[in-house]
Amino acid sequence: MSNLSTSFIPQRAEASVIIDRDKCIGCNICVQVCPMGILALDVEGKAYMKYDECWYCTPCQTDCPVDAVTVHIPYLVR
Amino acid sequence: MQTRNYTTDVLIIGGGTAGTMAAIKAKEANPELQVLVLDKADIRRSGAISMGMDGLNNAVIPGKATPEEYTLEITASNDGIIDQRAVYRQASECYGIVKELDSWGVDFEKDAEGNYEVYRVHRNGKYVLPMPKASDLKLILAKQVKKMKCKVVNRVMVTRLLTQGNQVTGAIGLDVFSGELVVVQAKAVVMTAGAAGRMGLTDSGYLYSTYENPTNSGEGYAMAYHAGAELTGIECYQINPTMKDYNGPACAYVAGPFGGYTANAKGERVTGCDYWSGELIMNMWKLANKGDWPLYLKLTHLDDQTISQIESILHYNERPSRDRFHSGRGKDYRTDMVELNFSELGLCSGHSASGVLVNHEAETSMAGLYAAGDMACVPHQYLLGALTFGKISGTNASHFAQGQSHAEPDPAQIEAERARIEDILSRPDGVPHQQVEYKIRRIVTQYLMPPKTITKMEIALEKIEHFRKVDLKLLGARDAHELGRALEIHSIVDCAEMMARASLFRKESRWGFYHYFLDYPERDDENWLKRVIIRKGGDGSSELYTKELPPYILEPETEAGNSKGELKANEQSVH
Repeated sequence: MSNLSTSFIPQRAEASVIIDRDKCIGCNICVQVCPMGILALDVEGKAYMKYDECWYCTPCQTDCPVDAVTVHIPYLVR
Repeated sequence: MQTRNYTTDVLIIGGGTAGTMAAIKAKEANPELQVLVLDKADIRRSGAISMGMDGLNNAVIPGKATPEEYTLEITASNDGIIDQRAVYRQASECYGIVKELDSWGVDFEKDAEGNYEVYRVHRNGKYVLPMPKASDLKLILAKQVKKMKCKVVNRVMVTRLLTQGNQVTGAIGLDVFSGELVVVQAKAVVMTAGAAGRMGLTDSGYLYSTYENPTNSGEGYAMAYHAGAELTGIECYQINPTMKDYNGPACAYVAGPFGGYTANAKGERVTGCDYWSGELIMNMWKLANKGDWPLYLKLTHLDDQTISQIESILHYNERPSRDRFHSGRGKDYRTDMVELNFSELGLCSGHSASGVLVNHEAETSMAGLYAAGDMACVPHQYLLGALTFGKISGTNASHFAQGQSHAEPDPAQIEAERARIEDILSRPDGVPHQQVEYKIRRIVTQYLMPPKTITKMEIALEKIEHFRKVDLKLLGARDAHELGRALEIHSIVDCAEMMARASLFRKESRWGFYHYFLDYPERDDENWLKRVIIRKGGDGSSELYTKELPPYILEPETEAGNSKGELKANEQSVH
């Protein structure tokens, strides 16, 4: 799976919000609904986790129309 | 900073559960008025319950419970410090809200005849009405807001109220996407900005694994304070029993009716009543200090079908990531008990009693200013209280706005707020917000946490003063998003100072662990069966004083618990 989202978060463990870039259509819904405002679209119009401030509440995953988002529990909470 | 201006009749600050309902009802009361909702997130998924809720904890359903019983239950649960008219009003009007939600498509548990099913979790009455599939509650409310033609502007975080004397005339905020300063002129303002949930540090060490959705960072308390409104019950903290590290609710409310319970390490039941109160937390704290710890949520004795049913509620509703937390640790309700812990401390009238002082009309101490939901002091109000008082606040704000004209905003107030915000932006290489936030929350955890002592509270105040002078001057932000997080730290600092001052002022112990004050270890009804009020005085420093409770309309339960819950003869009509 082509996935660059983890490289945007300065930690060596995987990011808690993972976007499947092959599936992402850049519709921006996950960016809109995230309560903490931590997602953004990159230069190619794909969503990524920009800020490491996740509450693992899952609207980004639930509201994604193409199932491109997976929410993991942040490393410290796991 | 660029400035963006709005003018509206009614302004709603925060589009969570209370705010969306306030908007709907403000417009319903007068469709001619403009209603504007500002939310720092997006109203489809914002507030305390982005993904929904698995039940209403305090539904007073005719035939199952009475408003009188509920009011007395909460009078006892909050150790007498309540405005019974406000609680009674919530209890009397909440059934109408339940029916309205039902008509909008919210799914409630019903029996074969179609009657609402309620379960007992409180000390006496049955008030817990499950919503097994209501994960779309926020989407449903947002749809109604749109249908009513309220204007919604997402990603605007309101930080200060505009005032003229003792009247509120609008608000100032920050667009956390564009970085613009937002100025709103309004004839009436409803604050529904949520709890202060990022006060203490979490046990996981991750800053945002708080019990409350971390967007609830106390702006409502801070903006009300700086405007000069009265706040009360700030010394009555919120500390909840939660699942260790994950920090979601311990879920005895959901699991209890199915036979689950709170157990010690041997699997023996340890709490008689799992209703969340300072008394329950005190009992847990005593067990912890005896070494009888940790406590667990025990479901292992239940059959597979029952556990699957509990999972279908817990894993698809309020906190849907709960399943991956358990599976990541290799735990299963069938074979393992769930380790519990205390949540970090915070301020929240949804579960406890800290908030802006409001009466049974959701009116604050300032003209044109209303408050509802977790930030308004109607003790133990939960989700249904936010909805009911959301309705009351929206309706009353609408009526108030009708008779008002717009006031020109005071340029000095706008410039002061612009300066506060731009100061942070002037330090793109300043200390990142995560580190500054960790430090103030460390002070909260280490000095404000009960058991309280005069010494600890005084050290906290000294450290908070130093923090304002030094740390807040180092705090920096590189973009609008970070600026929002940085401003949230200012709210945390303001709330922390109020917590220390209000705690020091109430010279007794009350509410179990929430205000367990070792210098005054006994409850003292003779001198302290009253409110402690904190507000910002004219010279900028805080004022603290007491205020008598509004007269009770119902006789409190005696120690023998033989109250019949009858209204006092001379106060049959309460609103």
